[in-house]
Amino acid sequence: SNPFEVKVNRQKFNILGRKTKNDVGLPGVSRSKAIKKRTQTLLKEYKEREKAHVFKDKRFGEYNTKISPEEKMLRRFALERQKNYGKKSIYNLNEDEELTHYGQSLAEIEKLNDIVDSDSDTEERGTLSAELTAAHFGGGGGLLRKKASSTQQDEEEEKPKSRKELIEEMIAKSKQEKQERQTRRESAIELTEKLDNDWKEIQTLMVRKTPKSERKGKEVEKPKPDEYDMIVRELGFEMKAKPSERMKTEEELAKEEQACLQKLEADRLRRMRGVDEEANKKKPSHVSADDLADGFILDNDDRRLLSYKDGKINIENVEEEKDEEEEGGEEDDDNEEESEEESDNEDEEDSAADGHSDLESDLENEEEGAGNKEQEKQKTNESESQNVEELDPKVEAAKSELPYTFAAPESYETFKSLLAGRTIEQQLIILERIQKCNHPSLAVGNKAKLEKLFGFLMEYIGKLATLDLPELRTIDKLVLPLYNLCQMFPEAASDSIKFILRDAAHDMEEVLEVKGRATFPGLDTLIYLKIISLLFPTSDFWHPVVTPAFMYMSQLLSKCRVTTLQDVIKGLFICCLFLEYVSLSRRLVPELINFLLGVLHISLPKKRAQGYTVVHPFTPVGKNLELLLVCDKKDLESWQKQNLPLSIVSRLNETSRTEINHIRLSCLALCFDLIKKCAALYEYLPSFHEIMHPIRILLTQNVPVSNYPEKMQELYHSALKELEEKEKHYTPLICEKKKPVPLKQYTPKIVKVLEFGRKQGSSKKEQERRQLIQRHKRELKGAIREIRKDNKFLARIQLSEIMERDSARKRKVKELLGSLATQEGEWKAMKRKKGKN
Amino acid sequence: QLPTGLYKKVLVILHDSILPYMNEPTLMIDFLTVAYGIGGAISLLALNGLFILIHQHNLEYPDFYKKLYSLLDPSVYHVKYRARFFHLLDLFLSSSHLPAYLVAAFIKRLSRLALSAPPEALLMAIPFICNLFRRHPACRVLVHRPHGPQDISEDPYVMEEEEPSKSKALESCLWEIQSLQNHYHPDVVKAAAVLSQFLSEMEDDISGLLELSAYELFDKEVKKKATDVPLEFEQIRGLFGKKNDIFAEHFTLD
Repeated sequence: SNPFEVKVNRQKFNILGRKTKNDVGLPGVSRSKAIKKRTQTLLKEYKEREKAHVFKDKRFGEYNTKISPEEKMLRRFALERQKNYGKKSIYNLNEDEELTHYGQSLAEIEKLNDIVDSDSDTEERGTLSAELTAAHFGGGGGLLRKKASSTQQDEEEEKPKSRKELIEEMIAKSKQEKQERQTRRESAIELTEKLDNDWKEIQTLMVRKTPKSERKGKEVEKPKPDEYDMIVRELGFEMKAKPSERMKTEEELAKEEQACLQKLEADRLRRMRGVDEEANKKKPSHVSADDLADGFILDNDDRRLLSYKDGKINIENVEEEKDEEEEGGEEDDDNEEESEEESDNEDEEDSAADGHSDLESDLENEEEGAGNKEQEKQKTNESESQNVEELDPKVEAAKSELPYTFAAPESYETFKSLLAGRTIEQQLIILERIQKCNHPSLAVGNKAKLEKLFGFLMEYIGKLATLDLPELRTIDKLVLPLYNLCQMFPEAASDSIKFILRDAAHDMEEVLEVKGRATFPGLDTLIYLKIISLLFPTSDFWHPVVTPAFMYMSQLLSKCRVTTLQDVIKGLFICCLFLEYVSLSRRLVPELINFLLGVLHISLPKKRAQGYTVVHPFTPVGKNLELLLVCDKKDLESWQKQNLPLSIVSRLNETSRTEINHIRLSCLALCFDLIKKCAALYEYLPSFHEIMHPIRILLTQNVPVSNYPEKMQELYHSALKELEEKEKHYTPLICEKKKPVPLKQYTPKIVKVLEFGRKQGSSKKEQERRQLIQRHKRELKGAIREIRKDNKFLARIQLSEIMERDSARKRKVKELLGSLATQEGEWKAMKRKKGKN
Repeated sequence: QLPTGLYKKVLVILHDSILPYMNEPTLMIDFLTVAYGIGGAISLLALNGLFILIHQHNLEYPDFYKKLYSLLDPSVYHVKYRARFFHLLDLFLSSSHLPAYLVAAFIKRLSRLALSAPPEALLMAIPFICNLFRRHPACRVLVHRPHGPQDISEDPYVMEEEEPSKSKALESCLWEIQSLQNHYHPDVVKAAAVLSQFLSEMEDDISGLLELSAYELFDKEVKKKATDVPLEFEQIRGLFGKKNDIFAEHFTLD
């Protein structure tokens, strides 16, 4: 364009890699563009500012961009036809007419032709065939070469073929082809026409054959073929049976399950080691390597831990000896059955669920696939049929009395009233139905409801445990729905349990601050702690629920006073809990050892404490000494080893001295057994003997073994044996090698530059904020500029209007004055004339 | 001559409410040495006053460290005055002129006692021991003995020995800390794992850890936000229904 209209923004410095948008501008062009735009919009508005009429465009879909133009046209046409439909104009002669040719509608013929045309020759429609392009553009050489490759013999015979000849030949060929195609098409059309004609004739015949009188009858019959058609169509449209995965054999199922279990176990081990948090570097390698191997084959004497260990072992074998797969499979099956037989209780529950689901099959359908319970069912269904039958009448009876749907309770009171006065079976069924009716997949709010249900259930269990006669059997059953709920909503479950724990710990802390000593909590808290071990893996290095539980139990063992026999039982219960918690991870719990030591200590007569020290909460001197001491010879002799009933914890109604003494002895027996278990658990620790030293001293030097009944002596000796048999073995410690620290390097540090001239190094959020502010500023400036320009434009127009008006007025005034002047002049001239005259 | 409760009360306030206002603080020497000799918590408390006398009034206390050493017994991690005691112990052992055998004996004894300590005490004791290692590099052999005799059948350290110099602590290793690396509390494990690496130069600040209470620890754990909650995958069969459940052996649900 005109170089005088170009404005160049000169840059001071050339910067490599920078793209500039605005180095050349055309001010004249852009200004004229802006003015034009304003005249089209602003000026129009300005001119119409005092007008009330509006121009309305009623064309259908004129401004609707969603409709494509063709459709728009179609709709418009349809609208037009609709509008004109009703009126039968007498002047409009060709309404509803159809043009025909040879008795067929022209439109149809056209359509047909089109269809035929569509598969006609390609050259005509402009697409080029490879041959043609080669001939036209490829040059002679290319063509020749091609020929050479395709028809060798020809080439040998008539080599000297000129380019012209070749092309002529090709043209002739293509023409011939074209003609052939045309004839084919014509014949096809003819044939179809003939067919059509034939059909018409036949049709007319058929129509004539059915007189009107019979037609009515036919109409009645009509539904029949319709039905048939429908069936045919249905069959046609029916989903084809897809090839499903083949049924898995039992071996495969078992194998899969084992693989799954193995994976879970591997996960657990990883968490136990805390690998996620601190890669293996933080543990001394020489310990952890042995350690883990040991941890895995822990208590390999029992046959019941099949899913864990045998799985592992089996799989290893399978890899080694593939040809013996059969055997392995059989073994697997055995394992399977065994574990099934063990799981009686659970199966009962499941069977109950099954029977129930028959009644509510639709619910069940939706639920299938959700929850691993189903899987469990599958596994257990076959072999447990007899069990189911045994149980059925009871469950059936329970079922029949209950309604099938339950709303999820909104508060603990409603929940309690739901369960109040029901038998255990009924309660379980109620819980199950609540779960089914409010499955999260059925409605939006159900998840929250069921999450609440977990809390209610926990509370209910707590209430049951704090009763005068704790209903532990009920709790035993209620744990199952609790487990299922927990599997469904781990977060909510962990939160509610953490809440309970926090409350309990808080209460204890308050008591500690006020009184300076704490007491053991009620049975409910103990049950909660036990439930935690059922719901969550206790071997994790860190776990959101289990770790606080550990802390809480540790506080219980080290802070709470032991003043009564119940306290001892509670303490021993917690010791058992501790042992169970660490049974897989084999972690050291000093509190546990201390407490066992203390329990042994209080079973001794006074003044015999030598060579060891007891720590808080036990004291070498004080009133809780001899709490477990039994002197009565008769009681000692009549004692039988018995399991401690948990209800003792909340009430000690055995007032007779003998029974109390028996309980004392049972506690002592339990203590011995726990010591034995501890010894087995901790033997791998390098300072095992130091840890067990006080207990060993106490056992060997202070315990009056000879006074004990025989059974107790047995226990004592087995515990002592466990302690002393372990050989002492120390290897000197060696620090892990430090990684060499890399030298400092002088290569430049490379920082990613995202945008020039921006501040770097702030957070992404901050950067985004700044960007937004900047953009806002820019937009604001632009808007202000535009408004200013608009105002200028308006002012200019107004000014020009005023000027126009003024000039018009001036002109008119001038005209008037001029005319007046001429009038005056004429008049004077007349006067002069008269004067002369 | 005083009842125990009163003794304790007096000793608790002695160092900052009585001694600074006395014209002749040295008059308290007899009282404090007697109290120091009593043992147990009273000794621990007397330590504070005694320290002021030694520090500011030139008191020469024979066998001070031996006495201090004998003060370390299992209850030291459990008593209420733990923070005060370890604060002073830190002061006494901060001198870099102490012989290595003495520090090693202290280290060994502290870690031996740590085997029965609660986690809140362990979280304080382990950094404490780390600090001792930093101050006395000669004791490093306790955790790093690359050319030592293999397969020792007995820990050379003699716990019962009253005299630190005869306790053979320098011939031993810190197997106790190694055992604590299998503690149930994750933080303790992490702290103990530090010792199996070469220590950094900087000392840890243990003043914040001295007053740590079990409840604080619990609170910290509860308030941690977890991204996901791992679940037990073993199907349960009731309250005591786990595989080889300890409870089923000893308790009944009646």
